[in-house]
Amino acid sequence: MERKIRVLVGKLGLDGHDRGAKIIASALRDAGFEVIYSGLHQTPEMIVEAALQEDVEVIGISMLSGAHMTLFPRVLELMKKNDMSDVLLLAGGTIPPDDAAELERQGITRVFGPGTDTRDIIALIRDWAAKRN
Amino acid sequence: MSKEKAQYPQERARWQRETRPQFKDRPGKFMTTSSVPIKDLYGPDDVDHIDPLRDIGLPGEFPYTRGIHANMHRGRLWTMRQFAGFGTPADTNQRFKYLLENGQTGLSTAFDLPTLMGRDSDDPLAEGEVGVCGVAISSLRDMEVLFAGIPLDKVSTSMTINSPAAVMLAFYICVGKKQGVPESKLRGTLQNDILKEYIAQKEFIFPPEPSMKIVVDTIEYCTRHVPEWNTISISGYHIREAGSTAVQELAFTLADGFAYVEAAMKAGLAVDAFAPRLSFFFNSHLDFFEEIAKFRAARRIWARRMRDRYGAQDERSWKLRFHTQTAGCSLTGQQPMNNIVRTAFEALAGVLGGTQSLHTNSLDETWALPTEFAAKIALRTQQIIAYETGVVNTVDPLAGSYFIEHLTSQMEQEAEEYFRKIEAFGGVIPAIKEGFFQREIAAAARRYQDEIEKKERLIVGVNAFVEPDEKLDIPILKIDASVEKQQAQNLARLRAERNNTAVRQTLAKLKEAAQEGRNIMPALIDCSMAYCTLGEIINELKTVYGTWREEPVF
Repeated sequence: MERKIRVLVGKLGLDGHDRGAKIIASALRDAGFEVIYSGLHQTPEMIVEAALQEDVEVIGISMLSGAHMTLFPRVLELMKKNDMSDVLLLAGGTIPPDDAAELERQGITRVFGPGTDTRDIIALIRDWAAKRN
Repeated sequence: MSKEKAQYPQERARWQRETRPQFKDRPGKFMTTSSVPIKDLYGPDDVDHIDPLRDIGLPGEFPYTRGIHANMHRGRLWTMRQFAGFGTPADTNQRFKYLLENGQTGLSTAFDLPTLMGRDSDDPLAEGEVGVCGVAISSLRDMEVLFAGIPLDKVSTSMTINSPAAVMLAFYICVGKKQGVPESKLRGTLQNDILKEYIAQKEFIFPPEPSMKIVVDTIEYCTRHVPEWNTISISGYHIREAGSTAVQELAFTLADGFAYVEAAMKAGLAVDAFAPRLSFFFNSHLDFFEEIAKFRAARRIWARRMRDRYGAQDERSWKLRFHTQTAGCSLTGQQPMNNIVRTAFEALAGVLGGTQSLHTNSLDETWALPTEFAAKIALRTQQIIAYETGVVNTVDPLAGSYFIEHLTSQMEQEAEEYFRKIEAFGGVIPAIKEGFFQREIAAAARRYQDEIEKKERLIVGVNAFVEPDEKLDIPILKIDASVEKQQAQNLARLRAERNNTAVRQTLAKLKEAAQEGRNIMPALIDCSMAYCTLGEIINELKTVYGTWREEPVF
């Protein structure tokens, strides 16, 4: 049987607003992915470590508090350091469009804003997986 | 009963028979924001079980369904209390003074995330978050700067903080002392609602039991020494933002309120000694009638419980006073100007629901903290409701509406159902540990999202009336990274200048008080006076109380 695509949904920083992260986690699980949810208050180091241990293909990180320009690039940096160029990195949360564009330029595949349809995220992951195989 | 009234059911059945064939409903479901189905028509038969005196009563009288004051907003408008805080204490001090110069009499303080989590600005986990979501307060020195030139005997201050609330209260009491204002004269509100942190907002530090002990310590201390202080603002706001339905917000918030009452009574306090100083904080979402019914039901349930179960005799203990904030989670990133309209309707529901105080959100809050321009429109929205719409000219104008009274009563019954379930777990804390609230809320949030994606629920700009190539063209507020550096330098200076022997001694006494189960407020005030930092105080308490990690449910 084909292995399910494994996704880590991670909630970075001190903020506890996890509504969005949990909706994404449950929607991805219902769409047939294997979802690992990090729980709250994770550092970039904890997220990347968990991604390595769980051997995931996709990482989705979420932030609302405004610290994304500090913490998201660090996730990218740690992924580079650990040779994780084959892992898809997605992000979401309260992230102004200018910041989102800059983060995408730095290497996050897509930054999803408020009002995102979960089916768009699912479609992006499936497309990416199909191209990779 | 008049002959006509007796004929109503028959007449209604005839009307339905005759008009149903002509009915053309729009596609989609008819339901509240909380997914409760709504009938096409409500009439007298929907309010048959409601007794006008027993259940609705008169304004200012038990059970306060129509409001806690006899003449409500006709006599006095609600307090327009906009929430502010950003950057360094000096930045926020300037904003406070600007607001006071412009006629605001109450301050409402937003703290940044490190402060809310009991961490100093130079804590490694604070990186990127200092001064971003609110003001950074790491010691009494920061608090002194925050209130410099603001006489604490003249203003009332609301502080939105929970896990470290007792520490902030201690800092505030010390600023008062330094200004020569006795604690008995301090007026304000501490959010201090730790239960909703486990349920929804998730800014917890210690496990639930010691956290409740700290809350009871603040209630006991304030009851004796700071009598004009509102000790807890029991908050449904965050429960709703986490995705709950209106009924869940109502039920879980009131259940938390009952848990505080029971804990304080168990600690030996007389209910009427502290209950008048409990207040509430609700969300006002978009479903106009559902929200109004929620506020009316909340007052009725609280009054009945306080009198009949907890034996409160002072009528101030029966009255549920509440602050309202419009629903941040209802705002859209798309077509952000539409958020002004959403906020106006939500604020109107809060006003018609009888709120004592109101915060209106700004149009840009799905992207960042509000700019001054956006914050001003939000305030103007309240002023237009207050002075132009005429809705304040009579008290509780929607009373007696078949639909409103039916919904109010239905929400009360559904909340009672939740109270039974929570009691079956053994109370709020066991239910938190079983993940009950978290599961209920996550399921409701998911259902809401599904309804949007299936277009059973239309959101303008998101899944209807979309502008495909929309570009965001509003200004976005950015907090300068220099705030973090500035705060770290201030902390380094503080640690070098203060008497570190006094720091060690007061921290040791705090630990002793915590270990022996004594009220920790006096020790916290001593620590504060010695300029112990927030992080040092919280770390000391962690060694006694431990920390809390939740089992995530999704």
